[in-house]
Amino acid sequence: MDVKTHQFDVVVIGAGGAGMMAALYASRGAKTAVISKLYPTRSHTGTAQGGIGAALANLDEDHWEWHAFDTVKGGDYLTDQNAAETLAREAIDAVIELELMGLPFDRNPDGTISQRRFGGHTNNQTKKPVRRACHAADRTGHMILQTLYQNCIKEKVTFFDEYQAIDLITNDGKVCGVAAVCIDDGEIHVFHAKAICFATGGWGRLWETTSNAHSLTGDGPALVWRAGLPLQDMEFFQFHPTGLYPVGLLITEAVRGEGGVLINDKGERFMERYAPTIKDLASRDVVARSIYLEVQAGRGIGGKRYVHLDVRPETVNRYLAEAGEDRRVDAAYILSKLPDITDFCHTYLGIDPTKSPIPIQPTAHYGMGGIPTNLDAEVISTGAGTVVPGLYAAGEVACVSVHGANRLGTNSLTDLIVFGRKAGKAMADYARQADFVPLPANPAGKIVAEIERIRKSSGKTKPYMIRQEMQKVMMDHVSVFREAPGLQKALDTVRELKSRYQDDLAVDDRGMRFNTDLLEAWELGCMLDLAEITTLSAMERKESRGGHSREDYPKRDDVNFLVHTMAYPEKGGIRIAHDRAVDLSLGYQPAERVY
Amino acid sequence: MKVKFRIRRFNPEVDKKPYWGEYTLDNVEPTDRILELLHRVKWEQDGTLTLRRSCAHGVCGSDAVRINGVNKLACKVLVKTLDLKDGGQVQVEPILGLPVVKDLVVDFEPFFDHYRAVMPYFMPATPRPGDGRERRQSPEDRARFDDTTKCILCACCTTSCPSFWASGEYVGPAAIVNAHRFIFDSRDGATQERLNILSEESGVWRCRTIFNCTPACPREIEVTRAIGEVKLAIQRNGR
Repeated sequence: MDVKTHQFDVVVIGAGGAGMMAALYASRGAKTAVISKLYPTRSHTGTAQGGIGAALANLDEDHWEWHAFDTVKGGDYLTDQNAAETLAREAIDAVIELELMGLPFDRNPDGTISQRRFGGHTNNQTKKPVRRACHAADRTGHMILQTLYQNCIKEKVTFFDEYQAIDLITNDGKVCGVAAVCIDDGEIHVFHAKAICFATGGWGRLWETTSNAHSLTGDGPALVWRAGLPLQDMEFFQFHPTGLYPVGLLITEAVRGEGGVLINDKGERFMERYAPTIKDLASRDVVARSIYLEVQAGRGIGGKRYVHLDVRPETVNRYLAEAGEDRRVDAAYILSKLPDITDFCHTYLGIDPTKSPIPIQPTAHYGMGGIPTNLDAEVISTGAGTVVPGLYAAGEVACVSVHGANRLGTNSLTDLIVFGRKAGKAMADYARQADFVPLPANPAGKIVAEIERIRKSSGKTKPYMIRQEMQKVMMDHVSVFREAPGLQKALDTVRELKSRYQDDLAVDDRGMRFNTDLLEAWELGCMLDLAEITTLSAMERKESRGGHSREDYPKRDDVNFLVHTMAYPEKGGIRIAHDRAVDLSLGYQPAERVY
Repeated sequence: MKVKFRIRRFNPEVDKKPYWGEYTLDNVEPTDRILELLHRVKWEQDGTLTLRRSCAHGVCGSDAVRINGVNKLACKVLVKTLDLKDGGQVQVEPILGLPVVKDLVVDFEPFFDHYRAVMPYFMPATPRPGDGRERRQSPEDRARFDDTTKCILCACCTTSCPSFWASGEYVGPAAIVNAHRFIFDSRDGATQERLNILSEESGVWRCRTIFNCTPACPREIEVTRAIGEVKLAIQRNGR
């Protein structure tokens, strides 16, 4: 096969929030290209709804230290405290920078950026919710994505749209390029680069019920893994409490931030029992578990696997009055703050959320783990923090780790901007002083062979069969609650599926042009790798912390597990080690987590 | 229920001309999205069927297609809204006016070229505030351009426009919507440049106020109104 070669100082893979932020900064000091399997404006950042967290203190007293502490506590103390400090300190300036780039935030009467409540964000003295989520209605992510793309056009950033990265190329162990397929004509391109940044987002499609786009198949972590590098904290995958039942699409936490409450079949506001102070605005892991427990106890609506999210003005106002608050809402206010949620409810369920409660269930949402990096978004290869020269990661695909065992709402968007910017600056600096590592002979040889194997595969198992079986077993056994026998079953199933993927795959489309049959099959291989790593990481963490709840080890165990999980690729397998220490530099000692 | 799909197929690698592929699906639920059913055709029956999709809930703008002759996002159309009887038929084609790459996939480059041509980015009217904080904007000024900030660049409007079908040189409704978003933003200072671009031959005057664009928009943007406001702004600016 003919292979085209390009040379850039910096190559960014993925054009969501982190990728475009990195590209904007890198391109100011280095010749930069962004390659993305989607048109940039299709990226999943655009579906983020409720807000971006920053202690602007436009409405309530707030401090970056409070934001940092909430992030650490929300992460169940697995959060690296130096990362939480960076996030919370730089969030303020990052949000201001977005506004100065033109982002149309909602406004307060004085013209400043509007803020609202979100789960786990508190006044550290009163423990009450604080208004910290800067937002543009319930389409904050859309505005961020559009604004960044607009600025990339303004600054003439080079994009390779609909180019799918399929291999990280190394020469004698040194990172030197990326192979990508041009989806339009199927040709393989090699991008020779000094610095490469993965910003490919998450991998929620490992699970049956997910808020994630079809494109979120974990290509980034899989490529890094296949290049012989470790992945961190993969057992921590967040289930967002409020996915629309039954489709799983996201219903923002801002519904609860605006006063919505969760109600079971008996009409009880059950979060009063699980989180007496902060109630429905507890951390996502806490709320998702509470919903599961209510459903298990037979208190799902009509005995089914969902509960209600009630944001009808009369309900909101009743609880506001009960809490002694002066604020009252009406249907027009709800519509103005949650227009897209209203549209989703109307389109997919035919209901009006100001008149009927919304049926919701937890949905696979966000990977706290991923490609391990330091605070400058440099990828590391050991628990001790050895830097891989020229390799970077930012956004959901990276594990800094700023989200620890459970991410707070609004912190994903903050992460994209803060660490995307850091990656961009760091790569521009690196490219100035580093030389190109030469490409190896036949740099795309191995990946071309793998692509051709898939293209010509003529077994009996279509990719969707393997994918659906994987998604079901991950949902049944590696979701909100886990225990050893279920994890073993998941591991056995995933390994059996991997062997069918190798030996019995059936792809229909043998062509070159826009061959999504082939690319979906290739993506499935990435997902199978990550499913195995996730399950093994979960088996080896014999405690419950944040998004990882073991029924057989229900307590947090700080003596043995206040440490990050590292999964290392070894010949013929995966080695799990707990050899990356948690940074405690802000001095927040692990405490019991009460909301 | 049973549903028949009639899908416009064309792969220039192997086909001399486009044709209709016919597929029957059983066990279709009224709440199924058309996107899910196109996936079922692709996954269960014919892997060569090619389409774009990503978020599957009407936000990313990938899956604009013509369903029964009307531009829609496939992920936002439920079977029950099509008023089908058991065994009824759904017709799916690529959107019109952009070259077909393969099956339901069209070439978006001309569409994005038009978008990029209208300066779709913020050009501040004032320097950065000296206090290091955000530029202030009143809620009323923010509301002035709210509608056009919702655009997801799916091309449903532009590819429903007869003026665009007649000439691909016309920048089209989506590009004008994105210019409007900045023209009416009180913080922006490049209104005159954008109005100059849009008063050229390929600009707003190709719009004949046919209104196809407005019902085509899956985000319910009042597209024709936005175009009208830009036309008015050009006239008031004396061009």
